[in-house]
Amino acid sequence: MCASVKYGSRGPALIPRMKTKHRIYYITLFSVVLLGLIATGMFQFWPHSIESSAEWSLDRRSVHDAPLVRIPMSSPIPERGDLSCRMHTCFDVYRCGYNPKNKIKVYIYPLQRFVDEVGVPISSTGLSREYNDLLSAISDSDFYTDDVTRACLFIPSIDVLNQNSLRVRETAQALAVLPRWDKGMNHLLFNMLPGGPPDYNTALDVPRDRALLAGGGFSTWTYRQGYDVSIPVYSPLSAEVDLPERQPGPRRYFILSSQTAIHREYRVELERLKEENGEALLLLDKCSNLSQGLASVRKRCCKGQVYDYPQILQESSFCVVLRGARLGQATLSDVLQAGCVPVIMADSYILPFSEVLDWKRASVVIPEEKLPEMYTILKSIPHRQVEEMQRQAHWFWEAYFSSMKAIGMTTLQIINDRIYPYAARTYEEWNNPSVVKWSSVNSPLFLPLIPPRSPGFTAVVLTYDRIESLFRVITEISKVPSLAKLLVVWNNQNKSPPEESLWPKVTVPLKVVRTKENKLSNRFFPFDEIETEAVLAIDDDIIMLTSDELQFGYEVWREFPDRLVGYPGRLHLWDHEMGKWKYESEWTNEVSMVLTGAAFYHKYFNYLYTYKMPGDIKNWVDAHMNCEDIAMNFLVANITGKAPIKVTPRKKFKCPECTAIDGLSLDQTHMVERSECINKFASVFGTMPLKVVEHRADPVLYKDDFPEKLKSFPNIGSL
Amino acid sequence: MQAKKRYLISLLTGAFLVLLFYFGGGVPGPAATGSRSRHGYSRPEQPWPHFSDPLQHLSPWDHSDTEEYNVHISPRQKRDVNSSVYKGKRCRMQSCFDFSLCQRNGFKVYVYPQQKGEKISESYQNILSTIEGSRFYTSDPGQACLFVLSLDTLDRDQLSPQYVHNLKTKVQSLPLWNNGRNHLIFNLYSGTWPDYTEDLGFDIGQAMLAKASISTENFRPNFDVSIPLFSKEHPRTGGDRGYLKYNTIPPFRKYMLVFKGKRYLTGIGSDTRNALHHVHNAEDVVLLTTCKHGKDWQKHKDARCDKDNAEYDKYDYREMLHNSTFCLVPRGRRLGSFRFLEALQAACVPVMLSNGWELPFSEVIDWNTAAVIGDERLLLQIPSTVRSIHQDKILALRQQTQFLWEAYFSSVEKIVLTTLEIIQDRVLQQTSRSNLMWNSHPGGLFTLPQYSSYLGDFPFFYAKLGIKPNPKFTAVIHAVTPLVSQSQPILKLLVSVARSQYCAQIIVLWNCDKPLPAKHRWPATSVPIIVIEGENKVMSSRFQPYDSIISDAVLSLDEDTVLSTTEVDFAFTVWQSFPERIVGYPARSHFWDNNKERWGYTSKWTNDYSMVLTGAAIYHRYYHFLYTNFLPNSLKSMVDQLANCEDILMNFLVSAVTKLPPIKVTQKKQYKETMMAQSSRASRWADPDHFAQRQTCMNKFASWFGGMPLVHSQMRLDPVLFKDQVSILRKKYREIERL
Repeated sequence: MCASVKYGSRGPALIPRMKTKHRIYYITLFSVVLLGLIATGMFQFWPHSIESSAEWSLDRRSVHDAPLVRIPMSSPIPERGDLSCRMHTCFDVYRCGYNPKNKIKVYIYPLQRFVDEVGVPISSTGLSREYNDLLSAISDSDFYTDDVTRACLFIPSIDVLNQNSLRVRETAQALAVLPRWDKGMNHLLFNMLPGGPPDYNTALDVPRDRALLAGGGFSTWTYRQGYDVSIPVYSPLSAEVDLPERQPGPRRYFILSSQTAIHREYRVELERLKEENGEALLLLDKCSNLSQGLASVRKRCCKGQVYDYPQILQESSFCVVLRGARLGQATLSDVLQAGCVPVIMADSYILPFSEVLDWKRASVVIPEEKLPEMYTILKSIPHRQVEEMQRQAHWFWEAYFSSMKAIGMTTLQIINDRIYPYAARTYEEWNNPSVVKWSSVNSPLFLPLIPPRSPGFTAVVLTYDRIESLFRVITEISKVPSLAKLLVVWNNQNKSPPEESLWPKVTVPLKVVRTKENKLSNRFFPFDEIETEAVLAIDDDIIMLTSDELQFGYEVWREFPDRLVGYPGRLHLWDHEMGKWKYESEWTNEVSMVLTGAAFYHKYFNYLYTYKMPGDIKNWVDAHMNCEDIAMNFLVANITGKAPIKVTPRKKFKCPECTAIDGLSLDQTHMVERSECINKFASVFGTMPLKVVEHRADPVLYKDDFPEKLKSFPNIGSL
Repeated sequence: MQAKKRYLISLLTGAFLVLLFYFGGGVPGPAATGSRSRHGYSRPEQPWPHFSDPLQHLSPWDHSDTEEYNVHISPRQKRDVNSSVYKGKRCRMQSCFDFSLCQRNGFKVYVYPQQKGEKISESYQNILSTIEGSRFYTSDPGQACLFVLSLDTLDRDQLSPQYVHNLKTKVQSLPLWNNGRNHLIFNLYSGTWPDYTEDLGFDIGQAMLAKASISTENFRPNFDVSIPLFSKEHPRTGGDRGYLKYNTIPPFRKYMLVFKGKRYLTGIGSDTRNALHHVHNAEDVVLLTTCKHGKDWQKHKDARCDKDNAEYDKYDYREMLHNSTFCLVPRGRRLGSFRFLEALQAACVPVMLSNGWELPFSEVIDWNTAAVIGDERLLLQIPSTVRSIHQDKILALRQQTQFLWEAYFSSVEKIVLTTLEIIQDRVLQQTSRSNLMWNSHPGGLFTLPQYSSYLGDFPFFYAKLGIKPNPKFTAVIHAVTPLVSQSQPILKLLVSVARSQYCAQIIVLWNCDKPLPAKHRWPATSVPIIVIEGENKVMSSRFQPYDSIISDAVLSLDEDTVLSTTEVDFAFTVWQSFPERIVGYPARSHFWDNNKERWGYTSKWTNDYSMVLTGAAIYHRYYHFLYTNFLPNSLKSMVDQLANCEDILMNFLVSAVTKLPPIKVTQKKQYKETMMAQSSRASRWADPDHFAQRQTCMNKFASWFGGMPLVHSQMRLDPVLFKDQVSILRKKYREIERL
């Protein structure tokens, strides 16, 4: 109604030239007409159109307004569900199509109220709060589409989470009348409580043709691997109770059993275990003096003592999750939430999301008949493993169990991964909690390979205008047996490189690349001309390195192709006074960086430096004309988790007379700037990735009392 | 003006009435379009409404209805019902496998004795001898947990010459058959033209299948094992390494996607290959088929055949295999094909086009990390799919193909052992491998879960878990001479090792025939000294996984080793950077002796090395476990009998696991001299046979490993300032340089 008044007040704009008193008159009249119109619409239009169209918008407040659909007795019933269904036989992949985002589109049927011929609803509860949460989460997600023609997956709004509240036959008929049902093709049903007395089937009993089932409590005999999705049984306590975060570690109790409906055979066995092992076990049951209802859900008792549930779960290292009538138990969710390691005893049970989650890292699965041995089995698990499992259990809950949204999104992601397997989430993405994701390293060059010597290496010389020194460097390097190619990166835009005839004659191909801008990062560009895996980055004034030293460096690189292998070593230090990192170029016992003025590394790192350098580090380096080597060291250490390798004791690189730490490096402002770089890069990386080591690589016989002429690398300078 | 006003009023009233009639009368609009637009207009971002109704909660707890169930049906009965109902095609471990057979003796495998007159194909013979040579083998059926037939079941294609007739009666007459319970049946080919069913042609009862080309429909999850199709020429042990020698950047090869193979024209499995020509572009996507196969191919020949055949002959299969980024692996008549293993070995990322094939070892291998799983129905999308795969992903996929090839597929032995380990994991449940152990280097065969269920206890996963090894070591000193004087080297050694800041404890392994010396004879040290009396006083006992070793690192020492505290400290800091390798002092090398056509061993000073002696070396304690539990008794007893070569065997083992050389660190001169001129009477190094034995050992070991696992290294790790011209006072490890 507010809206209509607002509309009315806009009236004057339509008749601007009228006199004021007329205007008021018209405004009133117009408002009345408009009000009338809207009122008519409200009372007349809605009920009619709802009956006239089954697909009408759902944007309303009450489920009771959902259209009523009467299902005739004779309405067809779908087939029972084919156990041999797999994605390639029962799923129409053409509906999903090829799309650059590799994301399936999901359509949700609008809500309808299904009743049988005599008007009795097919479900005693109708839409549950959980299913409602699930559907709104999906409709809010990227998966959702409101365009039924573009959908790959269809989700009925018929709530089948709990089979107990359903009339099986009528529900099945309701599914079959869905406009896009088409033998259940590409339809997804969510069910958490399957089966009913007395047999408690382990999958939803509602006949459903080829529909996919996201079910809680599948057994290995009902679960169609790679087709169905095993989901958890949601515990409403997840939303209700906020448990304080507990660090992994030892707990007051070793094993705790909190379920109330445990079969007496098992209860007897648990009590026997309790007798044998005493205080380490805590066996809880329901409280006899409390009435049914939510209050009883939140309390547990043992010998007259009352415990708060689920809080008490946090007091135990392991928590028993035994099968009941059904295999899937909501207790599992509570146990995970409490960071207690679940001990799952439910033979043939398909664990929730087992297609992607590695339950071995978060739970212990014990066959039911081994219940009496539970204590011994659990005692044999190493402490650190228990702590790891506690952390993992809580993370699983947080990411995949905590809400209907989490459960729904995980289910859709699993199906999405099947349809676009080449874009599927990885094991690490699914299973590593963020702290592990943050601290763990998955090196992109993970295969242990020692590349053959024969392809050799490409020397990339960065130069500006020091031609004489450049030519000397080229002459020196060309003596190295494994040199495959020389690449001169000409960084001077104002001057052309010398004529071809003036260059030193070398036996390997020599190529000059001219750059567009004088940037330091040019030296790390992954030029197509670099055809070898190994790159030797070298400055145009490093003339002191001997051929033996360079060849040996290449040999060391072959043994460590995922590391920076270089000659001048440097160190980073924590300056306690200033509370920040400091750059150290003194001769120390430790090394954490090698300078790229002379270093071997894998061409892959060129690609990383150019395209994957985090933050604005590349620009910083080009702006300051400094620290490109530090940036490279950060990059490599961060992605591989490994320290660089310093080769040979060589100290002087530019001239025999130079001080060991030569030229530029001595300059005080230069040092300050490099310290600044380290601090800047550490903040961009969010961590200090550099690793400190105390070793360097020398030839096996270096300085050994052995004839020099028999050594492979005799000419290793010590200056 | 007035007229105008009146006119307007009547117009508005009229309009109002018309509208009223329109809505009130219930003329239905075009429902679908009306709703769409209205809907889109109102709240496009929230199509599922927020209901204000008090919706009922799902109550997931077992209530009165299930309580009754709990009282009446015994879970034991339920289990029995399950195991009696789920047989045949619905077999699972719970219903068709007798776990009790495995409880007493662990996971032992029995192979039926071979009967005279039974022909066994070479491939099956390889499978059987692998099992017989493995640590799982038992010759006593009473101890066995798993039974393997000596009847060749590999080829069940009736048209094949290898087909064994009357298998049904032969199997039924086996006294231990027990309807196939706890039996494992290997099969590569089943069914025949025209429908190629997956039936083996005899009743397998409750036996498990290790079968190639198995379909998801017939695959009984966690019961059967899908194995790869391998050829007769597939080596029994060792096997060639993967072809990937280095990671090229950018990772693209000459071709993007290739295939070369037969086209069946008609019948089962022919559709996909018949359609390949749609995707072939003769540039970077080269998919070639030939119609030539069988005798009467001309009869079925279609319009494309001549053109296809001509194109087919233009390309060399090997050349394409080695120069393509992706290799198409379409199904043949059967789901699996040789292409799969060929592509894997060639580091050509397999693009699977075989709907419904349960990929090899799918129970443990995450194939998304090494292959592209395509869908036959979406053949036309395959080129754009593979082109959309990012360079970094290609790099990872390619390396993973190599890891998987070498870990599980390169030999019959690996395929069989992987099959057995998968079944063992199911049987032992609690001590089974996690996904990470199977899918990352060094793979499941080298990662024994019996050692620990915690990944951080292994040397391989520190980086993946973001943790570091324990910063202490346990020294294990192998004592063989009685303690008579206070100047014996072992006492000096004890003192200098105990002085290391990283030393947690020292274990003296008393392998001397004389009784243990009194406690007070050992020097007083700040770390505990534990004396363990060797059980059989044999060489291998120095690599026993003693429970008292609590640190991750072990410093293994001979009693006559001379080592300073500084040297120990430095070696340990090096080991922390390479926890999966052996880090030690004196090194040795191997070489191929062309004249004698065998491996040679040298202790000469050379420019490279491939072993470091375990008389003074640091390595991860897991290798003790691996040495004791992974290596066969034949090798271990050889070492014990010779009282020699234990260090060579350890180096073989570690290099086979890591595929990398050990690391030599610098050592003081005097140590080397004592090593070189071993003159003490007791020293086994003085024995002239010693050297010849070591040569023999090497060749024996190499034959068991199926190749030479040792790798050469040309470098030695020294302290950063070693022999540097800086003041000695600045050097942390200055002792090493002093004589």
